[in-house]
Parts: sequence; C-alpha cells; structure tokens
Amino acid sequence: MLRIDCPWCGTRDEAEFKYGGDATAKRPPAEGDGAAFYEFVYDRGNPKGWHQEWWHHVAGCRQWLKVVRHTVTHEIRSVAKATDDVTVPPA
Amino acid sequence: MTQPQTHRLAYGGRIDRSRTLRFTFDGRAYEGHPGDTLASALMASGERLIGRSFKYHRPRGIVTAGPEEPCALVELRTGACREPNTRATVAELYDGLEANSQNRWPSLALDISAINQLVGRFLPAGFYYKTFMWPASFWEKVYEPIIRRAAGLGRAATATDPDEYESIQAHCDVLVVGSGAAGLAAARAAGAAGARVILADQDFELGGGLLLEPEQEPWRQGMLAALSGMPEVRLLPRTTVFGFYEHDVLGAVERVSDHLPVPPEHGVRQRVWTIRARQTVLATGSTERPIAFPNNDRPGVMLASAAMTYVRRFGVRPGERAVIFANNDIAYNAAFALHDAGIAVAAIVDVRKKDSKRAAAAADRGIAVKLGSVISDVKGSRDIHGISFRSVNGTAERVLDADLVCVSGGWNPAVHLQSHTRARLTWDNDLAAFLPGKPVQAERSAGSAAGVFGIARCAADGAKAGLEAAAALGFRDGAAFELPMPDAEIDPKVKPFWEVKAKGKAFVDLQNDVTTDDIRLAHREGYTHIEHAKRYTTHSMATDQGRFSGILGTAVLAEARGETIEKVGVPTFRPYVTPVTWGAMAGRHAGHHLQPVRRTPLHHWHVRNHGIFLETGLWMRPLYYSATRETGWDPILKEARAVRQAVGICDVSTLGKIDIQGRDAGMFMDRLYTNTFSTLAVGKARYGLMLREDGMVFDDGTTSRLSENRYLMTTTTAKAAEVLAHMEFYHQTVWPDLDVRYCTVTDQWAQMSVAGPKTRLALQGCVEGLDLSNEAFPFMGVGDATIAGCPVRIYRVSFSGEMAYEVATPAGYGERVWEAILEAGKPHGILPYGLEALGLLRIEKGHVAGPELNGQTTARDLGFDKMMKKKGDFIGRVNGERPRLMDSDRPRLVGIRAVDPSFEKRLRGGAHIVDRPNSKASLGWATSITRSVELERWLGLAMVRNGPDRIGQRLYATYPLKNEVVEIEICSPHHVDPENLRVRA
Amino acid sequence: MSRYSVFRLFREGLRNQTGWTRAWRDPDPKPAYDVIIIGGGGHGLASAYYLAREHGITNVAVLERGQIGLGNVGRNTTIVRSNYLFPENNLFYEKSLQLWEGLEQDLNFNVMMSQRGVINLYHSDSQRDAYARRGNSMRLNGIDAELLDREQVRALVPVLDFDNARFPIQGGLIQRRGGTARHDAVAWGLARGADRLGVDIIQNCEVTGIRREGDRVVGVETTRGYIAAPKIGIAVAGHTTQVASMAGVRIPIESHLLQAFVSEAVKPVLDHVVTFGAGHFYISQSDKGGLVFGGGLDGYNSFAQRGTLPEAEHVINEGVALMPLLSRLRVLRQWAGVMDMTFDGTPLICKTPVRGLYVNGGWCYGGFKAVPGSGWCFAHTVAKDEPHALNAAMTIERFRDGGMIDEKGAGPFPWLH
Repeated sequence: MLRIDCPWCGTRDEAEFKYGGDATAKRPPAEGDGAAFYEFVYDRGNPKGWHQEWWHHVAGCRQWLKVVRHTVTHEIRSVAKATDDVTVPPA
Repeated sequence: MTQPQTHRLAYGGRIDRSRTLRFTFDGRAYEGHPGDTLASALMASGERLIGRSFKYHRPRGIVTAGPEEPCALVELRTGACREPNTRATVAELYDGLEANSQNRWPSLALDISAINQLVGRFLPAGFYYKTFMWPASFWEKVYEPIIRRAAGLGRAATATDPDEYESIQAHCDVLVVGSGAAGLAAARAAGAAGARVILADQDFELGGGLLLEPEQEPWRQGMLAALSGMPEVRLLPRTTVFGFYEHDVLGAVERVSDHLPVPPEHGVRQRVWTIRARQTVLATGSTERPIAFPNNDRPGVMLASAAMTYVRRFGVRPGERAVIFANNDIAYNAAFALHDAGIAVAAIVDVRKKDSKRAAAAADRGIAVKLGSVISDVKGSRDIHGISFRSVNGTAERVLDADLVCVSGGWNPAVHLQSHTRARLTWDNDLAAFLPGKPVQAERSAGSAAGVFGIARCAADGAKAGLEAAAALGFRDGAAFELPMPDAEIDPKVKPFWEVKAKGKAFVDLQNDVTTDDIRLAHREGYTHIEHAKRYTTHSMATDQGRFSGILGTAVLAEARGETIEKVGVPTFRPYVTPVTWGAMAGRHAGHHLQPVRRTPLHHWHVRNHGIFLETGLWMRPLYYSATRETGWDPILKEARAVRQAVGICDVSTLGKIDIQGRDAGMFMDRLYTNTFSTLAVGKARYGLMLREDGMVFDDGTTSRLSENRYLMTTTTAKAAEVLAHMEFYHQTVWPDLDVRYCTVTDQWAQMSVAGPKTRLALQGCVEGLDLSNEAFPFMGVGDATIAGCPVRIYRVSFSGEMAYEVATPAGYGERVWEAILEAGKPHGILPYGLEALGLLRIEKGHVAGPELNGQTTARDLGFDKMMKKKGDFIGRVNGERPRLMDSDRPRLVGIRAVDPSFEKRLRGGAHIVDRPNSKASLGWATSITRSVELERWLGLAMVRNGPDRIGQRLYATYPLKNEVVEIEICSPHHVDPENLRVRA
Repeated sequence: MSRYSVFRLFREGLRNQTGWTRAWRDPDPKPAYDVIIIGGGGHGLASAYYLAREHGITNVAVLERGQIGLGNVGRNTTIVRSNYLFPENNLFYEKSLQLWEGLEQDLNFNVMMSQRGVINLYHSDSQRDAYARRGNSMRLNGIDAELLDREQVRALVPVLDFDNARFPIQGGLIQRRGGTARHDAVAWGLARGADRLGVDIIQNCEVTGIRREGDRVVGVETTRGYIAAPKIGIAVAGHTTQVASMAGVRIPIESHLLQAFVSEAVKPVLDHVVTFGAGHFYISQSDKGGLVFGGGLDGYNSFAQRGTLPEAEHVINEGVALMPLLSRLRVLRQWAGVMDMTFDGTPLICKTPVRGLYVNGGWCYGGFKAVPGSGWCFAHTVAKDEPHALNAAMTIERFRDGGMIDEKGAGPFPWLH
C-alpha cells in the first residue's frame, strides 16, 4: 500500500487518492495543433524508474499532487503541489 | 466410546491436565487438554493416519508441529462453518471440536483412489500434458470431470458463513514478528527505548522455541510480564503476519475466536490488521527441513523438531521406538528429548562420518549412533514398523525396528516476509540455507531467522535488532534487561544432504506427491529453471507453498543441473506466508455491505409509499411505485401517462450539483463545456455538453447562472464525482490562474422534477414568492421561492419534454416540499413517478442519457454539432476533430420506431440495426428502448451509421440472442414534440 | 524429439521415464536469422510457431531475457474467450479461440483447453442492454453467445449470492465455448512446437539494443552478442515501450500492475468462469481445485511484479460478496503481472515507422486468450509486411486519426481499461 505524504494533509494511505497519470504531459495552449494535443493525451514516456505523476487527494484536500515515484520499487521520492516544479532523479 | 490417550506422557508439557476437552475425528470420540492442538491430541490417542495425499492418495500423518504442515489437513467444524484444509498442527483444541479427514472415499482407512499408487509409474510429473488429447471432445466430457473430482482437497461449506470478521488499522514504530527469544528481546529493547511496539506471533502461546525449554521458562515469563507492563507495547498472539508490502505496510490476521466453539456474542472470528510499521524486526525463526528418502512420507516419519515439540510442549509420545535421521548436531536435541521422556531411541542415523561431541553424548545415554549412514527405506504403509539403513555410499542394508522416524536435514531461516520486499536472499554454506539479504525496506532480521542459533544468542541478537530499530527512529534511552542463561555449546553447521537414492518413491513435496524422480524428469525434459520445474511438477505449489520442503526440490534439481543450490535458487516467496481466510480479508464488506448505500433525502417517503427500488451505482432509486409490487409495464405506463396528460413528480436529487463561484467562473465554464456560458444571463439555465480531452462526450446537464460570478452546475448522477475531479484537474494543473472556487452540493439539496401539462396549475397551488406564468418565468428561467414555508429554488427545465419545473430545496426540507407539491397537485391528478417512467419519457423526447453517453460517442455523433463553439478553447476541441471522428459514416443518433404498433414484436436495447432481416452486417445498435405512451408502440434511440441521412428508411432491429427481428423506421430522435412547444407552454 | 501419446507414456512408465528428452532445445544464437522475435512469452512463442507453420519461415530466433513463459503467460488467470463488442476485436479473438480449439492436437501437447463457459453477470437493465449489444454483435459475427436470465444463471452457478447481494444478479451473458486453459502448458507447448519446426528458442539472452541502418532495422545487440535479422518483432508486453525505444520508436502504451490470486485447492464448487458485473472480479476453479481469481488494475504505472494489499482487499471483498462460500476458504497466494495497457484497451499488432520492425503488444489484461490468434496475425504481418484483415485496425496510427477501438468507452486513460 502506497503511503503518500500530501503537502497539505500529511501522510495518508493510497486509498484516499486517485491516480491521474503522467504529470509531464502539458496541455498545449488553445492554438495548439493536432500533433500537440495528440501528445498531451497519448504520448507517454512510461519510464521504468522514476515517474512524475498526478495523484488526486479525493478523500482529503481534493488537491492534485505531483508525485515522483519509482515504477519498480514504488518508492516515493517527493510529493509536491500541482504548480510546483519538481526534479526527477535519473532512472 | 472415547479413544483413550494411550500416548500421553505421564507428566510434562504445557497442557492443562486439570481440564479435559472432548472432540471427534471422523466421528470417533477423543479427548485432550487445553494447550493441545488437534494434532497433538490425536497423537496422544495414538492416531497416525490423518489424511491422504493429493495424487496417489497415500496415507499421511503428522509431519510438523507448525503452520508449514503439508499433510495433516482436515475439514474442521461442520455445516456452514466447515473449513477445509485446516492444519491440525495449529488448530487449537476446544471442547466439542469436530474434524473430519478429507480427500478420501469411502473412508480414510480404505481409500479407493489409493489404487493410483499401483499405476503411479505411468503417472509421472506432467503426465497430463502428454495425454487426454484424443479424441479432442473428450477433454470436457470425460477426462476433465474425472480429474476435477479427484483433485481438490477438502470440501468448501456451501451455506453462508455465520461468523463475522473485521479489519483494523494500526501504526507502530517497531513491529516485531515472532515471539521467540529474539522477538521478545527485540520488542523489549525497542519498547524500553520508548518506541510504540507491536509484537505478533502466529502461535496461541508466545515464546516460540522457548516453549520447548523448561529451564528458560522464568525468563520467558519475566519478559512477557515486562512487555505487558509497557503501555506502548501491544502483544498479538494468534496473529500471523502474512505479507510485507511496499511502503512498510504489513498485513496480519488475528485468529480471534478460532479456539472457541463459536465466537462470543458480537465478537469476530478473525481480524485483519493493516500495520504501518516505521521499522520491522523479523524474528520469524526457522523451520526444520526434511530429507528425501524412499517412503519418507509414511505416517510416523516426521521432523525431529516436531517430535521434540510433541514431547516437550504437548506431553505426547509420538512413537515408542524412534530412529533419528540427521545431518546436524541440533537434531540430537530431539533424540535426547525423546530419550528423556522414556521413548526408546533405536539409533541416530547420522549422515556425517566424523564423530562429534554430540555422538558421544548420545553414547552416554546409551543411544546407538550410526555415523556415515542413511535411511534407505521405511517399512509399513498406514503405520511404520521399521527402517532400512546403510552406509552413505554402500548398498548393504540393515534393518531396525522403529515406529517413529525423526528427520532433520538442517534448518531454513524463515525468510518469507523479507522476500516479499524483494530483498535478495544470500546463501550460507555452513547452514546450507538461504539467509535474509540486504534489506531494501525498513526491516532487519534477528535470531534464527537471521541464521543465529541458540536461545541466548538469539535473545542477544534480538535485543540488538530491537535497539537498532528504535535508534533508527530516534529512540535511544532504554533500560537494559537480563538475557537468558547462556546456551550450551552447539554447532548449527550442517553437512548438506538432501536425498537418499534408493528404490521407492522419495518425496520432495508431500502434499502434491512430487518425488525426486519427478524433479529429475522435469530436468530431463528441459524444465531446468526452478520456476519451470516447480510449475511442471507442482512442487512447492501446495498449501504450504514449499515452506516444508521447497529446498529439497531445488537441491535435487541443482544436482541434476550440476550447479549449486545457490545458483538454482528457490521459487519466489510471495504473500501469503500462510494462507489467509477470505472472510477475514473481506472484513465487514460482506453481503449487502459490499458497498455503502446512498439514499436521497426523499428515500423514506419512497419506502413508505411502495417504491420499488433499484441499485444505481451506490444510489437506491425508486423504479416505480406499486403497493401490490406488481411487475411489468402497467405501473410504469400509468406514471408516464400522468406526466404526459396531467402532472407527475420525480425525485432527481441524485443529479450531481456543483456550486461554482469566482470572477473567472464564466471563463472556466466556457472551457469545460463545448458551448458558451459566460454569455448566459443571470437567472437563466442552459444545457451544456462536456467532452473528454479525446473528444468523446463526457457528461451533460443544465447549468444556471445565479449571479454575475456564480453558477450552479448539474451533472448526470453517474458522473457527478468524475466531473468534479475533472474540473479540479484542469483548474489546478492547467489553468491555475483562474479565479474560481467550487464544491459539490449534491447532498445538500433535495431536488424534484414536476412535469406535465398541469404542472403550473399544481405548483401555483403551493409556490409562494415567484410568478410562475410563462411570461414572468419562461423556459430555462431560474428563481427563488418558498413552498410550505421552505425555501426553494425553481429551474424551469425539462427532461421529459413536458412543461416542467425542477424544485430544489435544502435536503432537510425535502419531504415537506415534496408532500406540499403532491397536495397541491392532487386536484390535477399528480402522481409520483420513478426511474422507469423518467427513462420512458426522456427516450420519447429524444434526450440522451447513459446508454448514449457511453464514452464511445462524440458530440457530432449525438447531433450536437451546433453546440460546439467556433471560437475559443474547450476541452476535447482539437482531438475531437481527428479525421475518423469527423467521418459521417460513424454511427450517429437517430430515433427508431417499430413499424408494427401492436407491441407484439418487441424492440430491445442492444439490438443491432441491419438493412435486411437476415443480414449480418451491423449498421448500428439500439441504445435505449421503451414502450411509448405517446405513440403507443415500441420506440427508442439508436446509433446508426449515417443515421441522420437515413431518416424515413425502413430497416430492421435484429436481436440474435433471442432470434428476434423487428421492422423499424428511422426517424428523428425527438419522438415527442420535436418543435419543443410543450416545454415553452 | 518425443511424440506424446498414451503408448509412449506406457512405455516410459515401464522404463522409469528415462526415454523422455528435452521439450525444446537450448541452442546458442546463430549470427543471423530471417526473423527475430524479441520476447519468449506466449505471444512471442506463438508468433515464431506460426511463422514456421503458416509461412514456412523457420530460420527464426525467439530471444528471451530470462526463461520462457514466466511473464504474463505464466501469471494470468487462464481465461480464454472471444466475447467482445466490436468486430475489430471479436473476429480477432474468435480466430484465436478457434486456434485454441485445435491447439492440443496441433501442438501434441495437452494445454487443457477447457470450454467450461464464461459468464458475465449483469445487474441492471442498462447493463443487460449493453451486454446484449455485445452478444448480438458476437452472434452476427458467427460467435456463440447466449443471454441468461437470473434463474438460468442460478441453475448453472448456484453458489452465487442471489439473496442478499448489494447488487442483485439479474442474469448473464454466457459464451459456452469460452473457458480456461493451463497457462504454463501453452508456453511450453508452443515452445516445443516451434522448436520442432526449427525455431531457435534462446533463453537468457537479453536484447540491449536494436541496430538500425537508416529507416530500417538490421539486427539486435544482446547479452549474447550481435544477431542480425532484417525483420524484428517485438512481443514483450509490459516492456514494449522500453524495447521499441531502442529503435527510436515511441509506442502509446503504459505499464500497469494487475494482480491475480489463487485459493487453497478444494473439491469442485464452480464449473464456469464468472465475472461480477458490479465491480472488478472474476473467478474460475482450476482442475487442481484452486479458485483462481482477480480484479482490476492497481491503477498506477508499475513494473513491479508484486502484489499489493489494498487491491487484494478490494478483490476479495467482491469475491465474498459474489460467492459467499468463499468466506471460509483461504487465499493461498497473490502475485502480479505487468500489463501493457493501451489508450483504448485494444492491442497493437502492426508495423512501426521503422522498416522491418513490428510490434505486438498492448494486450491490456486480455493477452492470454489472444496468444494463438496474436501469434497467427503477427506472423502474417511480419511475413507479408502487411497486416492480415483481422489485425488491420490494431495500429498505432489509430490514436492519431481517431480510430480508437474502445470497448469500455473509458477513454485515453490506460489504467481504466
């Protein structure tokens, strides 16, 4: 069971959160073209290693959090607010 | 007649001889004492034959004294409480216990399937992969039913489990698993340092190996007393830690009431603990392992430590005349324990050639030691009466009379929990065993789990581990405590020895009947990896998961491969360390409590007024109302006609409601919806359509502008939670600069739709403070008023296609407002209507709902092209324009009507649309179908290729599942009032 | 190579099984092959088998990083069926099911294909209609399906909870030809079958690079040296994106964790495969007696083949709710596989932008039943350098042009499929 250290609420069980996928995907601006929107929705790095991803604290503060988690060990390196810039360790 | 306890020692053991417990096995009456397990009590009465093996149905007895028992499995209890495959070796005896042997017919002593032994030579590992293929159809008809009946072990209960279970959440600084010398010392050291400690042990008595050492009893009791006196230390006996999961969370199951005839009133049978441990000390001990030799499965062959346990702990004589077969010094303890209890020890057959101090000690007791020797056969079947032995490399056999063979092939540290963390095991040459590897989670192993042997050494190791675990968390001060008296000098080193090669079946997996030859056959056929060999032979796949003898298979395979055991490895240990009861894992979530129930504020009114309910997601919603609980269409049609002809009222409180406020609320709504909301006038509602970013329709609903910077959004019932999360995602991660705040108010409002041509008349009888006339309050108006003194907000929106007003009131006023409207509507023929009529009406009107908004349809597919604004960003705009989504050949929304109005040829949802009655080429499908009260025929909505271009065509709805084909006409989805006059009336 | 038969078993019984030989050889890699298949799981082995059998291309190597058959083909819940909604799927899976039906005789290896029937339970009228849409689609495409009402389900599977359920069972959609197969046996049987046709199955050979010349592949770097081949097929499930990226190709797949479980063996209580319609739970009973079951994904990207606690509780809750007699049985083991999840729940069997490089992946959690069909179609695609009609829609491009095949309508969220 993942334990996620919400910057607003403290460490909470995985059950309080919902996953939201790759947090490196950036929505293009309104004038973005088809290729840009394709990438936003479908193009994923799927790293075997550190992964920057969204978790939504649905049963807590309702904030979308930027989590850096290892996809093999499930270790969580950092949990940040949605607007924070985070660093991802090399794989 | 009760079987006498012929094999109970005159004294000794930890049982309470002052009390007698009565129990039955296969219908025969026995007795035992508190402190007994079912196995020890059966053994006390001289029972040897407890079960039959999986494949050959060979007679099997008790081989261990712990949870790794592969053979002595029984059906415990009866009726709804029957629990198959229960290990007799850990089943705590209670008065009135009933147990039965399993996997035998007609009886344990006379088992017909034992004939399998005679043809066993033709049934090697994996034989079933090579046969039963001819003719092909015989597999399901002939072979498989026979195999299935023969397979399986015990029988599941078929009635509903009467017991209850629960789960509990726990946090601690230090979790100590195992309560032997190492575990007790670790818990005390950590506890004394100030850490919050949980100490869990699977046994019903705490103490582990200490329970076999009477001279250490004062220390054990002193430790338990000290631990019990620490307020932050929790002791959990009868609790198996079954899994070590990521983020240092462990699962454990506590057998709260399994030692009682029935759980106490309001008590649970078992409880699952989810333990978040900042540090864990694994003091799980070690288990002795057997050696493979011919007929090593006969009842009466057991682990040396098990024999010692039955003598020392349970005061039972496991046999009259024992032979010890060992490759290590520790096993001599068992010989001495038996000897001290007055059991004849015919010989110690020791694989090792070199004399040791232990051999001398045995000689002092008059026990013969056969050095450099091995057991090459066991005489007997359901019981044993002798063995053959010979020198390790010799052939000349000698025989010894014996009814008990105590085997020790060395010890395996219980590394299972550590393995769950994916730590890599390390091989220890001295112990010829795998030890815990470098930790990857916050844990450390101590005591014999870490390869340390001897009570005092384990205690010291445990104390050190406990201190280190506490110190890692910053707990440093702790009072020292006394350790047990020093151990006698003993060398845990073993001479690796795994198999005696001689004639006869030598088992490496006793439950699944896997022999050393089976492992070699797997190797010969190329199944040389341990995982392949395991799967091919089923070795280590029985209920003990290889805990008893998994390493034997590895050793035999390693020899065949010409490689080391270390290289070959063991199959991955995975949860569960011992199997866990389903009911315990499910806890309170059984039966109707699988999921919580959501009820609307009007729920109790519906109950009182004969609502027939349906589970829609978590919600309970009335389908229709019927005092006689009649089924069929009549009650539904009656309710729908009331709406079309007079007035009806429906509970729509389940609709999602989100209150949105802020300067940028309008801009936010414009981006969420395909259409524009920033231009909506205050006091007006508008229908809106939301897409996912991939361009598919996500949700719809009417949203009202309550003031300049405030909107109230409604969502569908099903998507309410998802829409809120969707808004939060886009606001927080994509457009954080928008000045907007919102929250769900779904549960704060009771909402009811009042619909029908006489709605205004009805509402005028109860609404105060709002002019409901069409001029003052036109279609899509929103206004505040009161009903029966309660504040209400009224939206003039319609799902049914009739003149309609949705009335919302704070949840607590729901019933009062509802009843006031009913009262006011009475002269106009008002009826409450349920979900079925609601669906009927919306299908007639051509409004889309769940079946059309199924995540596979675009706005264009549903005819909402005009709702896609041309300018400005909105979610799903760009991806929704991918070429194949713009294809006019996609299935698009239309109406369909049965050509025959007789109701006899029925249309059904899920029918496919074809152009000829017998065509197989689907043009689309019927999404929502109803009987129409307006057009008096079957009609509905459908998604049809090029649908809008086909209006007027005669096609067919085909439903091959029922062999039905119905002629239909394609039409506008708006079967009723396509000009939308009624809603504006 | 030993042919399996009753007579052979009898003869070997008389001589203590000494005459059996390796089921497949253990060759060293040759410097070059006509086709290299990366991945010795079900799909890779089946692809090699059908390349040899259907297209006469026998100079083929299957390169497996570890040991064959220990990835998802050895970790699944063994269900075989073709009960899909869209023709792009159901015709493909039906082809696969038909291959399953003859696989034992074809391979001379008993994979214990057991057509015990797969029942999808429905719990509401709208769910019934959605299942009917699927069942009717199957029937129109010549695939067996029947709609059962509640009493018909009860007659087949009396042990379900019909009386106190939170989500009462209204009926089910049954595909009687669906069922289960012995998962390991499929991998072994295909390995043996491919080997007999001349395919080299090379274990402990990890691909570390894909060598390209211009826009085409020429070979692979491996832990056992460079191996040349003009055609390379990737069939590595959860590692598809990693391997494809060696050739500079990005594949729209995410890797997710799916767990499976087995109970202790008991006497038969369940003859069918049953899926719960009001949650994520499915169950069958193996011939050995263990109840094999699973649920949904854990729901976050993962390469860990490791079970977790929350999903175990979730799955087991639904199991007990559906089949109350499970309450007093014990769960023996939990494990996990790495699922190659696409963005619409439908697989990829296709060419890539790099010539000579083909991808077979995105099996979500339906890969096992697809094994023969996938191998058959992939072999065709590799051999002919163009897809068969059955896999023509299973392309990467579908996400760019909007041709998604989304059976669940769950959208571009791999963890929801």
